[in-house]
Amino acid sequence: MSAVDPVYALGLAGVLFVLGLLGVLVRRNIIFVLASIEIMVNAAGLAFLAAGARWGQADGQVMFVFILAMAAAEVAVGLALALRIRRRFNTLDVDDLRKLKD
Amino acid sequence: MQHVLWLIPFLPVLGFAVLVVFGHRMGRRTIAVIGAAPAGAAAAVAIATAVSFLVAPPATHAYDQVMWTWFRIGAFAPRIAFHLDPLSLVMTLVVTFVGFLILLYSTRFMRGDEGYRRFFAYMDLFIASMLILVLAGDFLFLLVGWEGVGLSSFLLIGFWYRERANGAAARKAFIVTRVGDTALLVGLLLIFTKLGTLDIQGAMAAAQSQWAQGAAVATAAALLLMGGAIGKSAQLPLQTWLPDAMAGPTPVSALIHAATMVTAGVYLIARTHVLFELSPTARLVVAVIGAATLLYAGVSALAQNDIKRALAYSTISQIGYMFLALGVAAWSAAVFHFLTHAFFKALLFLSAGLVIKAMDEEHDIRKMGGLRRDIPVVFRLFLIGAAALSALPLVTAGFFSKDLIVDLALTSVHGGVWLWLAGVVGALLTSLYSFRLVFLVFFGERRGSAPVATRFPRLVVWPMVALAAGSVVLGWIELPVHWHGWSLFTDFMASALPVPGIRAGGLLDAIAVTLIPAIVSVAGVYLAWVLFGRRRPAVAGSLVTRPGFRWLAGAALAGWGFDRLYHVALVRPFLWLAHHGQRDWIDRLVSGIAGPAAALGGLLRRTQDGRLRYYLAAAALGIVVFVAVGLLR
Repeated sequence: MSAVDPVYALGLAGVLFVLGLLGVLVRRNIIFVLASIEIMVNAAGLAFLAAGARWGQADGQVMFVFILAMAAAEVAVGLALALRIRRRFNTLDVDDLRKLKD
Repeated sequence: MQHVLWLIPFLPVLGFAVLVVFGHRMGRRTIAVIGAAPAGAAAAVAIATAVSFLVAPPATHAYDQVMWTWFRIGAFAPRIAFHLDPLSLVMTLVVTFVGFLILLYSTRFMRGDEGYRRFFAYMDLFIASMLILVLAGDFLFLLVGWEGVGLSSFLLIGFWYRERANGAAARKAFIVTRVGDTALLVGLLLIFTKLGTLDIQGAMAAAQSQWAQGAAVATAAALLLMGGAIGKSAQLPLQTWLPDAMAGPTPVSALIHAATMVTAGVYLIARTHVLFELSPTARLVVAVIGAATLLYAGVSALAQNDIKRALAYSTISQIGYMFLALGVAAWSAAVFHFLTHAFFKALLFLSAGLVIKAMDEEHDIRKMGGLRRDIPVVFRLFLIGAAALSALPLVTAGFFSKDLIVDLALTSVHGGVWLWLAGVVGALLTSLYSFRLVFLVFFGERRGSAPVATRFPRLVVWPMVALAAGSVVLGWIELPVHWHGWSLFTDFMASALPVPGIRAGGLLDAIAVTLIPAIVSVAGVYLAWVLFGRRRPAVAGSLVTRPGFRWLAGAALAGWGFDRLYHVALVRPFLWLAHHGQRDWIDRLVSGIAGPAAALGGLLRRTQDGRLRYYLAAAALGIVVFVAVGLLR
């Protein structure tokens, strides 16, 4: 089995992370923001996996399972919030939510 | 019974706490029970304690209960301790018993008030503070009760806080008594620095052994404590707050005047009588203040038109009698007068409350008259109270206590003719103003509107009947000195309060001393009848319209201008100073520092515009910069 060079995996993780970050910054719809956050989280998970493979340790996989569970919980909360925001303010645009400040 | 002393103040504290925390969910009936029952239970404990105290007197003539050491700073270790000797016992009994009766009365009297729960919570706090004050075995613990009394009186005087004047009256009471409190605090510091302890009995014993008779330090300590006492007891020159304290509900006035607050000063001086024994100067000052106050307030009471203000001045005057007694070292006579006064003054205030209620919140006695036929029960009760206040011979308790004071003012080795004369003139004034009220309110023609209420519930009347009974029979425990009968009260107090030395006098003196005050008080009633009863308002009216008298009446009505004097001499300069101090250069300096800070804050505030994505971008940028710096370094 030819192992993928961890450097490539880490590079991919970096690219994914930046894409996710850009998504968060650029997108205004909360659903897409949440999806972008998911991408960032998974990028971090991929980095853990790659590092675990590089050092031949199970810790990376353990962390990935951990991140998976955390991400599921985060999405549940995030979607619930999105739902409430939609009902309450009738919008999903984060910029419109500035009025929370006032 | 030694180990239940703590219960006596604790029960009202508990009532207060329960009402404050859970009261908002309770109905009026529950609130009434929780408000009044603790005082009743405390009275029961006090009575049980008294019985055990009388049946088996403790060897030390006192019960002591030390709860714990409050805190410890080097040698200074004040304790939460209770000390019950005959003096405290009498005070405790009166406070709990009269307090309970007043609370019972209030359960119906205050029924329609929206602050029902607040009222009972404050009243419980008031009674608890007073009980701590009289039972404390340590000056610092006593101070807790002392300040608690000040606080709760402030809360209760300003009970109807929506009216501006009531709030002002509450503040005035608080601030004026605070002047005295400051003196008290300095006095306690003096005692502590010189004697090294604030334990009351310990300090008194140390003072007796360390300070010489007439020592300057004893005089200073006694005078400072007296300063606190005249503040709380509304004596000259700190008496101005009490007439205004009538802004509170009538049961509050009854409680302030009868059982709590104003008698605290009398108690304090009796409690620290050792210091006053050591200092003839301080004693003389107390006697002169008492004599001056009783005359001053007696004349002022004569001119008042508000029924409650008249009674307020009469309290000042009666406390003056107590101070007079303290000044001639007749300690137990003062406490005896406190005991009878508590009963008849509470009775008078509660009756006045019903009169005011009957007249639909009318306080002005010029608009009353003829109420004898409309509210006969209240008339009889008020009459008993007024008779006791006037010290009508034999039939009232007030006679026995006041006679004792007037008698001792002359025959005590520290007394004198002038003090005695003040007492006698005061007796004339007392019966004159008491029966002026009786005749103007209950006799003659009706001068105002008809009463709106003429029947009162049993729960209101019965406590007053109990007070009336006390006002009549309580005097018989102590017969006048010259009757050579029994003197149960003085004997009982003897272990706590020494009996004054009596100057020997002939039989003629004795007869004169006993008879004159009695005759004078009856004469006062007759004079009141002539002036205000028989042909009202013809004589009194013509008297008042004469220029000299009009000026006099105006001055007496205004309390001889003390209020104006303090306003001009103290309040106005203070306000002027405060006003001009508001914008001086120090203030500008402080504001000058604040200005740039506010401007900078305004700039930074711009960044927090609520756009989430910009926050995130800034955070991401920050991370990139940090990482870059970390890598490139």
